Amino acid sequence: MTDNYLSSPRGFKSWLTTVDHKRIGVMYLASILFAFLLGGIFAILIRIELLKPGHNIMSADTYNRVFTLHGAIMIFLFIIPSIPAALGNFVLPLMLGAKDVAFPRLNLASYYIYVAGALLAISAMVAGGVDTGWTFYTPYSTTTNGSVGLMTFAAFVLGFSSIFTGINFIATVHKLRAPGMGWFRMPLFVWGMYATAIIQVLATPVLGITLLLIIMERVFSVGIFNPQLGGDPILFQHFFWFYSHPAVYIMILPGMAIISEVIPCFSRKTIFGYKAIAYSSIAIAGVSFLVWGHHMFVSGQSSLANVIFSFLTFLVAIPSGVKVFNWIATMYKGSISLEAPMLYAISFLLLFAIGGLTGLFLGALATDVHLHDTYFVVAHFHFVMMGGTVMAFLAGLHFWWPKMFGRMYSEKWARVSAALIFIGFNVTFLSQFVLGSRGMPRRYYNYLDQFQPLHVFSTVGSWVLALGFLIMAGYLWASLRKPMDAPANPWGAVGLEWQTSSPPPEHNFETVPTVTGPPYDYSPVEPEPAEVHA
Amino acid sequence: MSAAATSQGEFLQHHFTTPEQQADAGKIGMWLFLVTEILLFGGLFVGFAIMQSLHPRAFLEAHHHLDRMLGFINTVVLLTSSYTMVMAVHSARTDRRKRVIVYLLLTLICAGIFLGIKCVEYSHKFHEGLLPGRFYSHKGDTVPGQFMFFSFYFMMTGLHGIHILGGMAIIAWVLRRAARGDFSHSYYTPVDLVGLYWHLVDLIWIYLFPLLYLIQ
Repeated sequence: MTDNYLSSPRGFKSWLTTVDHKRIGVMYLASILFAFLLGGIFAILIRIELLKPGHNIMSADTYNRVFTLHGAIMIFLFIIPSIPAALGNFVLPLMLGAKDVAFPRLNLASYYIYVAGALLAISAMVAGGVDTGWTFYTPYSTTTNGSVGLMTFAAFVLGFSSIFTGINFIATVHKLRAPGMGWFRMPLFVWGMYATAIIQVLATPVLGITLLLIIMERVFSVGIFNPQLGGDPILFQHFFWFYSHPAVYIMILPGMAIISEVIPCFSRKTIFGYKAIAYSSIAIAGVSFLVWGHHMFVSGQSSLANVIFSFLTFLVAIPSGVKVFNWIATMYKGSISLEAPMLYAISFLLLFAIGGLTGLFLGALATDVHLHDTYFVVAHFHFVMMGGTVMAFLAGLHFWWPKMFGRMYSEKWARVSAALIFIGFNVTFLSQFVLGSRGMPRRYYNYLDQFQPLHVFSTVGSWVLALGFLIMAGYLWASLRKPMDAPANPWGAVGLEWQTSSPPPEHNFETVPTVTGPPYDYSPVEPEPAEVHA
Repeated sequence: MSAAATSQGEFLQHHFTTPEQQADAGKIGMWLFLVTEILLFGGLFVGFAIMQSLHPRAFLEAHHHLDRMLGFINTVVLLTSSYTMVMAVHSARTDRRKRVIVYLLLTLICAGIFLGIKCVEYSHKFHEGLLPGRFYSHKGDTVPGQFMFFSFYFMMTGLHGIHILGGMAIIAWVLRRAARGDFSHSYYTPVDLVGLYWHLVDLIWIYLFPLLYLIQ
């Protein structure tokens, strides 16, 4: 057995002090999966509470804290770092043919800042909890009890971790491409990460100062968001969404980036419209900064601003549509095989299409007045974030798992779990579109009897979903327990990360690779069979 | 092998091929960081502009409590420190190692003077009860709502002051490295990057001074 990054250098301390992007990626992966478990448990608790109207398993105040924690954990501790910091950290330098990211120590710092932020967030939960929702709207967030200050500070700290990853990726893409890899020879995953990094760098600081202002408001009553003191609570919403709308693209662009890798590989075809997909990532990043007002159609924003923001919101549909059509065109007449990564990629296409189209209902002024703050928004958001980003994350996780750990997982169980997750997801959230359009408000502890059948439907769906994830945890864990059997290139994929061994050696490549042609050239490559262990 | 070539090799990290590549990457990283700093302060500037437009009289009245002379002196002090910083970078690039140390020391001293004057200003405000938010206790105001101005005054100058302190720490760090003889014309990126940061901190003050002290 040759040395690889997992085995050399040895020892626990060598992991804690590592500056290897692969190890940092793996540490991030373990951490975000833990956060996902925690957020998932809260989600299941929410659904159980909503099985029937009134009190079931928790009080109304506890319920408010639980949905806040579900949101805050899933957003700040799971989705935002999920693809860039865990998978991206691992594969981006490999894809570029680089030995590491541009600033390895900054990369490690980003991980420890993430851990510090996570610990702060967890201590905020223990010390009083937070009941504001993950959006921390003023004036409630500046007047309620509990540890809002600690939680906002945690999110502030986590912002730095995200910024450092963004800075690192931009510098890496600019300066560390292998010889011969021009901008239009980069894999589309890298383009997606680059667009994401731009948003991370430009938007996150504004969230940082906004969260600091909440803390200032709570400690000093500075007045900026408090109408009693002459401030403006709507200003908080402007500040918050100036970050948090671009932030949903921090979450979805990396997902799209993964899909652009997986679909050509399992269709055995060159990607259709490479440049269109590359530019549409940048276009989404650009437009993302101009649409924040669509969260505030009913908040008292001027009608003129509403019309402008509504129009700009529709613009986002164009680059998103460009991507979806290009992926489908890639699959057209391809030689499609349905391994686990491809199953998740196809799930992404179906669910993201629904999530994207229902976004247009919410971007349209007249329908939004009816649908605002209902379960329709909850369902839309989960279709984009879970149906979109999480499905893509799972596609990427299954795609690169053999590369990361050198082991194949059980394809049979992976398909079972993909099917359960797809079915469970739709049962859970399609019903919420109906609930919302019939007037069920979001974040409510109690509801009218007429909504109960759909709530039960949704809760049962969440159990199917949970079962799918438990099976996944099982077969992934089982794969780690067996000897390494993954070949360098199990899927017959092109891209530099498949040209080195699985798992890669400490410095990624034995010799620096040279790029001589465009990406996604799927004519000559065939999958290698897995090694058979007696 | 010349001395210059040795110092190149010594500080070249394993994942870079050439010193130029490493220096360029460092500069990209620092510029991106500066962009995040501008956006961080940008939020406060926007908040200030909106609150000022909501309460123009209170802001106008409140700013009379600031000492323009001290603000002006501090502006000159920081501009001077930017000059000494430029000279430190220039000296590093031209292998004048003694001068690097002198100029970095001068920059540190300017930063210290700035903070000293700021302390004088702060203690004056504390004494008069010109404090942010609920702690505002100044007597005899004719226009209500002046606490809001001081909320912003302390948040903006405070955040800026923290950046000055951070700047002093990293200047001290490059000073130590300069004293050790790390820098030469072929390797002076850390001095360069610290310089970029210091200019930004200076630039933010150039905007803060008229915004807070010279309201018309």
